[in-house]
Amino acid sequence: MRKILLYITILTTGLIFIGRLFYLQIVDTSLAIRSQDNAIKVVYDYPQRGYIYDRDGKLMVSNQPSYDVMVIPRNLKPFDTTEFCGILNLSREDLEKKLDKARIYSPMLPSVVIPQLTKSEYAILQEKMRKYEGFYIQKRSLRDYQVDHSANVLGYIAEVNQKIINENPYYISGDLIGRAGVESYYEELLRGVKGVKHIQKDRFNRDIGPYKNGIYDTLPEKGKDISLTVDAELQAYGTKLMKNKRGGIVAIEPESGEILTLITAPTYDPAKLVGRKRSPNFTELYYDTIARPLYDRGLLAEYPPGSPFKTLNALIGLQEGVVDTNDKFSCNHGYAYGSRGRKLGCHAHKSPLDMIPGIAQSCNAYFANVYRRVIEKYPTSQEGMDVWNSHLKSFGLGDYLGSDLSTGRPGKIPDSEYYNRIYDYPTYNWYATATISNAIGQGEVLMTPIQLANMAATIGNKGWYYTPHILKEIDGKPIKEEKYTTKNHTTIDPRHFDPVVEGMHEVYKSGTASTLRIPGVEIAGKTGTAENFAKIDGKRVQLTDHSIFVAFAPVDNPKIAIAVFVENGYWGSRYAGRMASLMIEKYLKGTITRTDMESWILSHSLEEEYAKPISGEPFIINQ
Amino acid sequence: MTKNSAGFDWISIFIYLALITFGWANIYSASLGSNAGSFFDLSQPYGKQALFIGLSIFLIVIVLSLEAKFYQRFSSVIYILSLLSLAGLFVFGKTISGATSWYSFGSFGVQPSEFAKFATALALAKYLSDIHTNIKKLSNQIKAFIIIALPALLIIPQPDPGSALVYAAFFFPLYREGLSGFYLFAGLSCVAVFILTLLAGPIWVSAGVILVGLFLFFRKRKKRPGRILITFFGIIAIGLSFSVNYIFENVFEQRHRDRFNIVLGKEVDSKGIGYNTNQSEIAIGSGGWLGKGWTQGTQTKGQFVPEQHTDYIFSTVGEEWGFLGSATVILLFVLLLLRLIRLAERQRNQFYRVYGYSVIGILFIHFLVNIGMVIGIFPTVGIPLPFFSYGGSGLWGFTILLFIFIKLDSDRLSF
Repeated sequence: MRKILLYITILTTGLIFIGRLFYLQIVDTSLAIRSQDNAIKVVYDYPQRGYIYDRDGKLMVSNQPSYDVMVIPRNLKPFDTTEFCGILNLSREDLEKKLDKARIYSPMLPSVVIPQLTKSEYAILQEKMRKYEGFYIQKRSLRDYQVDHSANVLGYIAEVNQKIINENPYYISGDLIGRAGVESYYEELLRGVKGVKHIQKDRFNRDIGPYKNGIYDTLPEKGKDISLTVDAELQAYGTKLMKNKRGGIVAIEPESGEILTLITAPTYDPAKLVGRKRSPNFTELYYDTIARPLYDRGLLAEYPPGSPFKTLNALIGLQEGVVDTNDKFSCNHGYAYGSRGRKLGCHAHKSPLDMIPGIAQSCNAYFANVYRRVIEKYPTSQEGMDVWNSHLKSFGLGDYLGSDLSTGRPGKIPDSEYYNRIYDYPTYNWYATATISNAIGQGEVLMTPIQLANMAATIGNKGWYYTPHILKEIDGKPIKEEKYTTKNHTTIDPRHFDPVVEGMHEVYKSGTASTLRIPGVEIAGKTGTAENFAKIDGKRVQLTDHSIFVAFAPVDNPKIAIAVFVENGYWGSRYAGRMASLMIEKYLKGTITRTDMESWILSHSLEEEYAKPISGEPFIINQ
Repeated sequence: MTKNSAGFDWISIFIYLALITFGWANIYSASLGSNAGSFFDLSQPYGKQALFIGLSIFLIVIVLSLEAKFYQRFSSVIYILSLLSLAGLFVFGKTISGATSWYSFGSFGVQPSEFAKFATALALAKYLSDIHTNIKKLSNQIKAFIIIALPALLIIPQPDPGSALVYAAFFFPLYREGLSGFYLFAGLSCVAVFILTLLAGPIWVSAGVILVGLFLFFRKRKKRPGRILITFFGIIAIGLSFSVNYIFENVFEQRHRDRFNIVLGKEVDSKGIGYNTNQSEIAIGSGGWLGKGWTQGTQTKGQFVPEQHTDYIFSTVGEEWGFLGSATVILLFVLLLLRLIRLAERQRNQFYRVYGYSVIGILFIHFLVNIGMVIGIFPTVGIPLPFFSYGGSGLWGFTILLFIFIKLDSDRLSF
């Protein structure tokens, strides 16, 4: 016993120790995790966000450094608070409050004390920073807008929210992400890839060098600079024209599908959504539910297209062979149909008309006849409707265009199923006359301004279009994406476009747009006036018509296709036509010769018109 | 060497060298920080330790070249010198981090308590091997106890209660030489009552003692220790249990109470007093099977574990060498201790054997308390891990302690 006591004691101790080690090192994995937490700091290195240029290489968005004063409360040493507060123009109580808040958040983690110093504050503070232990200056990169327009195109950047963090492991709290517009759609191009550094820390939370000599570290990858297809000058000009009006302008280069202009009104200065002012400004914009400055009317607003839609019905009529360019239809202030003397009204003009003057005069009766023949060509209205529908679909209507814009709407092109449902088929049947409004772009048809512009581009191209897109170059290299470099062909034969183009040209020469002539420029266009209704206090009330104009120019080699939509602008050539005409001149010639037309637009406001329905008073429309 | 030399025990020497080398590698890593320098940079602990190791080899040569009889003959002198050096601290001692344990020679300090261990071992061996000493006699027990207690009493007020605790190691040679097992029983019973009282309170302990007492009272009626004795011990145990409460709350200082409470799991405090143990466990636990590799320990580099190159050196082993490395160190210590028991048992000379057992006891207590503390199953007591922890005095003290025994063992055939 005396000899073996020590033996047993030693062996037992050894076994207990090894057992304990086995538990600590093999069984209990939480210790290894805690080791990672307290010994390794992960630091991200954020690359510069890519610059954004316009189609001519004009810088639209760059970056500006911004400096935040940060504090790690645990590292604070007593300092000259009077001097510190003096530099930052801060009261001592404010400083105390901020420091207390930081302490409550975490004594060890950095908190922002003063966000976004001015350059002069930064210059003074930087010199003295070493005197304030525990404080440091964090450089961040914010957007610096070189233009005061195009907010709807560019979008903005903001801190990621929890939802994004949960869905995308790339982002961590505090990261910035593009929201809306190009910043959102091309987020991955613009942001680059952040680098990561693993830093070994000691027990005082001090950095003592790279972890494992940096084998897990990565370098940041700079964001790509991109050029947009928009013309900054045209954007600025269009924005100016749209002042005090509501609506959208979309212009497309027909031969490439590049979006030259994308304007919505009212809009805001993109610089409003940068940095310290972002949050209150955004709230203000967001809650303006009447003017809706954040709503991109060029992309989202689905309006009945009105008369410009007639060109499509003409094309379908020709393709289906139900009408000839020489076929004449008479018009007696409208088109009477049905058994109970219903009538689709029209204005006063010569009668009967064939196709070209029919388009030029925008005769409702003419297109009602064409439309009816298309639908009635087939044994049932359903079949006719679906043929009509599929022709329109080939123009990119009734569905999302698939452009590289972060938002959009499909519009509406009805089909047989839609009317079957409405009329409760087969209990009740329906006929072409029931849908006759489609002939003149009212009824159930809805289009967005960008769809209208694309329609104009397709007609200008005589039967094809490229999917409209906003990205032109990445780091100086033209995009090669198949989607934007393959032609989409319509179901209409190219030869049928000639009379329609001629008709649209006639609109400009002698028709509804003859007041919009630009010396030396031949335009093919179509005015539109769309009735519109709103619900006020639960009652359906008619408001002043929307003013619409669709055009491309020059006629024989289109360089620009444009759609302008002005809410409550009354007839087509009144607002939309003038604006389109000015935009085309600006784009093609660079200068405006018709300054009287320009000043008419600039001096006219529709705010009074917009105030009518919300005034609560009785009002008169279309005056 | 005498003509009767049986040669040195190379197994022990080999293990010693293995521990010292591995220990240095870990000190290097633990004191490296973020700046890699020369291995022999004397401004850094690892450089100094390299020098200490070099000097140890020199000491080994001296220890082994002296006559084995010298140690026996001069044991009293060495013991008295050692006591004087401890007493001298009260006058000339240098205070480092609160403990007056050092004599200062320029930039180096010497810690006499590290040398008092082998001196006491020699003195105890000398006394027990005296032909007139019978350890079964109470008067001799008291004398032996005084030999052991004197250095301990001189060390406690430094204050260095950890080093004083080491003197409990001398129980092993005493027991081996015939001290009644009753002391062990009594000692362990006290420890058990103490811990159980802290855990469960005196009421439950008393109830337990009465139950056990009743059981023994009726079962062992014919055998000793007899009913009177059982009753006596029962009363002592209950009295102890109640006084433990009093001592714990009124005599102990808060830091002592904290240390006990943390090991017993009654308090969780990872920032304050529990910080050392907590960080040490994190470091060891993060090692996994194979560890993070030499000088790659993140906890070690970050110096999260305080005193890591001295008392907490084993946490570096755990982090950088993993389960494999730390279990190997445990095995090396166990092997060395078992080997030394074999050596001790083969001594025909009682002086040699008692000294041998003292060496084993001292090394074992250090091993038990140090590693137990680092892996969180023993309260925080600041004593080094032999051959491993940084420190010249400690290394030399343990080296002399061990090699005197190796010398003695080589001389065993002269009897």
